[in-house]
Amino acid sequence: MSGMAPGADQAIPPAETAEVELYHPHSWLTKYVFSQDAKVIGIQYSLTAIAIGMVALVLSWLMRLQLGFPGTFSFIDANTYYQFITMHGMIMVVYLLTALFLGGFGNYLIPLMVGARDMVFPYVNMLSYWIYLLAVLVLVASFFVPGGPTGAGWTLYPPQAILSGTPGQEWGIILMLLSLALFIIGFTMGGLNYAVTVLQARARGMTLMRMPLTVWGIFTATVMALLAFPALFVGAVMMLFDRLLGTSFFMPTLVEMGQQLRYGGGSPILFQHLFWFFGHPEVYIVALPAFGIVSDLISTHARRNIFGYRMMVWAIVIIGALSFVVWAHHMYVSGMHPYFGFFFATTTLIIAIPTAIKVYNWVLTLWRGNIHLTLPMLFALAFIVTFVNGGLTGLFLGNVVVDVPLSDTMFVVAHFHMVMGVAPILVIFGGIYHWYPKITGRMMNEAMGQFHFWVTFLGAYAIFFPMHYLGLLGIPRRYHELGEMSFVPASAHDLNAFISIVALVVGFAQLVFLFNLAWSLRHGRLAGGNPWNATTLEWQTPETPPGHGNWGKELPVVYRWAYDYSVPGAEQDYLPQNHPGPARGTAGTAA
Amino acid sequence: MAIALILVLVAVGSVVFHFLSPWWWTPIASNWRYIDETILITFWITGVVFVAIILFMAYCVYRFRHRPDRQAAYEPENKRLEWWLTIATAVGVVAMLAPGLFVWSQFVTVPAEATEVEIVGQQWRWSYRLPGPDGRLGTSDVRNISPDNPLGLNPNDPDGQDDVVVDGEDLHLPVDRPVKVLLRAVDVLHDFYVPEFRAKMDMIPGSVTYFWFTPTRTGTFEVLCAELCGVGHSAMRGRVVIQTQAEYQAWLSGQRSFAQLEPAR
Repeated sequence: MSGMAPGADQAIPPAETAEVELYHPHSWLTKYVFSQDAKVIGIQYSLTAIAIGMVALVLSWLMRLQLGFPGTFSFIDANTYYQFITMHGMIMVVYLLTALFLGGFGNYLIPLMVGARDMVFPYVNMLSYWIYLLAVLVLVASFFVPGGPTGAGWTLYPPQAILSGTPGQEWGIILMLLSLALFIIGFTMGGLNYAVTVLQARARGMTLMRMPLTVWGIFTATVMALLAFPALFVGAVMMLFDRLLGTSFFMPTLVEMGQQLRYGGGSPILFQHLFWFFGHPEVYIVALPAFGIVSDLISTHARRNIFGYRMMVWAIVIIGALSFVVWAHHMYVSGMHPYFGFFFATTTLIIAIPTAIKVYNWVLTLWRGNIHLTLPMLFALAFIVTFVNGGLTGLFLGNVVVDVPLSDTMFVVAHFHMVMGVAPILVIFGGIYHWYPKITGRMMNEAMGQFHFWVTFLGAYAIFFPMHYLGLLGIPRRYHELGEMSFVPASAHDLNAFISIVALVVGFAQLVFLFNLAWSLRHGRLAGGNPWNATTLEWQTPETPPGHGNWGKELPVVYRWAYDYSVPGAEQDYLPQNHPGPARGTAGTAA
Repeated sequence: MAIALILVLVAVGSVVFHFLSPWWWTPIASNWRYIDETILITFWITGVVFVAIILFMAYCVYRFRHRPDRQAAYEPENKRLEWWLTIATAVGVVAMLAPGLFVWSQFVTVPAEATEVEIVGQQWRWSYRLPGPDGRLGTSDVRNISPDNPLGLNPNDPDGQDDVVVDGEDLHLPVDRPVKVLLRAVDVLHDFYVPEFRAKMDMIPGSVTYFWFTPTRTGTFEVLCAELCGVGHSAMRGRVVIQTQAEYQAWLSGQRSFAQLEPAR
């Protein structure tokens, strides 16, 4: 260990434990395939998530073709339409967003940002990825079984999810539930790693209140996921039993198509509680990493410390905690006891306060900054627009009585796409443009990036902003065709066609992004170790891309918080966290 | 600098779209005008916040764009500002939540004089049951369902004998009379949804759910299913006819009771 640098404050304890021996790969196979290096695992997670995400993208094209031009495409009927929306939703929420933020960004960034050599349980970390891949393969397999994938909607509400009026009742629903169970097992292995690594493997001097917000966001989301996913696991297992063994956890006495079934005594609404006890935290499991990452993007590219760091940390933690007591706002019209509405509307609107604080602090970080309009910054700005928009429409749906006319309409579809689809994905793009140079050593192509940004941001806004008004009009969601509806004017059908065309264009722009990812690998401008002049530890590695063990011979020692940008009197406009220099800007240690 | 301009255009364009859009809620046909008003309050508050934040952001991007001689301010925290923003947000939240909860308490409080009407959903159609002259609905159970007894009424319950069963036809209701709709499902979840009434509620097999409303204008309104119920979901349509009391009575007298429906007895 290096000695204590002069001027370091007392927050740096001596090393208490000796370094653990890392697993060193012996062959190509253990280095790149069955790798135990979190960076490789992070890339594996990311590429797999992007690949399955492309399937979800194509599915969204197909469903938009049907909605925009009903009856034009003979290969889309009601069965396939419901299969498309179901698989699109589940893939995007679980297999893309959750996997990419936690498995992808989490694996790559946590050890680097906290100054560790790797995750604390590398072998379990490797298993986590392979089980995730298996879950994805099981999910994909459901496209090829008799009856096809399930068309129960991504919420998989019983009884219809396992009855014959729903496509995929034969095999699709079984594979879906199995795949979810596998995903949760795999995630738990990874999640334990992320949480324990943050708690136990931080570099000397990296106090919790010096951690970059990216790590705070991913860490909190991971803890939430470890608590929330078991509810889904239980629900999935019980529904599997209902489907395969004839149990009646969620199945009351019912008559299907004139036929008495042998179910009885179960509660369909119990599944909804289990599902949303997972499902609402899930929204924040996706959102909190995005909050964290976007904070770091804004701070770095505005050359200004994140405004109100401690408030930002507490907001993340409070949002995480509150998100466990709001779940039934998804169930205002589910038929649960109506008095629940008072409680859940109140908790739901309270959560708006810490969320709003985060928005203010992002914008106040821009204020009096020195804003570089790089690609990551552009995506961060677009995130704020879409997140504010989607967050505010959440105040409609969270307010129980306002939700009554709007629930199950296109307003809901527009809301959640804006707030947990578009907004986090814009952060993912911003994050990839930001960290790509660290991962590959090269910058991504700027012209392709600009094209990708403008089409994606403006296109996504043009898709989802007007869609709210279709819901306000009363158009229900999950309708494979509107048919004749006396209250729907012809112009609404034109709007649907417009949205579909824009969706195709935005989808195409993602292909440009993928091409850029591949092209820049060889042709991108060489980046150097720290192209953005960022303060956080991952930019201070001795090698770029970082080598196995991340730090060469000696672990970094942290002297300051992650946001010493434009410190008055400093010789450059950023002071890396491991910079021992004058101890200005130790605001992060005050707590 | 394009981004600052675009941000302004997004904010202004969204507001213009809101006011010029031809897509707005249907003319209301129930007593739930308060719901519409709460939505309007919410639109105003959230609209002002949205425009303020986006315009402020656009200003910052323009005013504090990178120049070689610029140095960003160093100000980790500003407690006063953060607290003021928190309090202002809390006030805004209360301004939306308070009327919302007030209206919700009305929504969940069924007036004593409301007539009970049963609506039954099954894949993929609607059936209805009205109390007969005794004003009471008889008990029912899906185990009783048969071709002759599509709603599963209890054949031994005297209260149910005079119930009016409307199967495969439109529901008729008298105008200006509060109705408590009792919702049942036979097979899977459904949701009785008439956009003009604003109210909706899921129907759950094995349970009876409800909501209440007062139709306020006559006419024929479309019933949609608002909870995914399988492959025929979007085809699960029906109609509600709201009539004057006299027209309604005339229609009602033409309907058959449960006792008349069952040929076996």
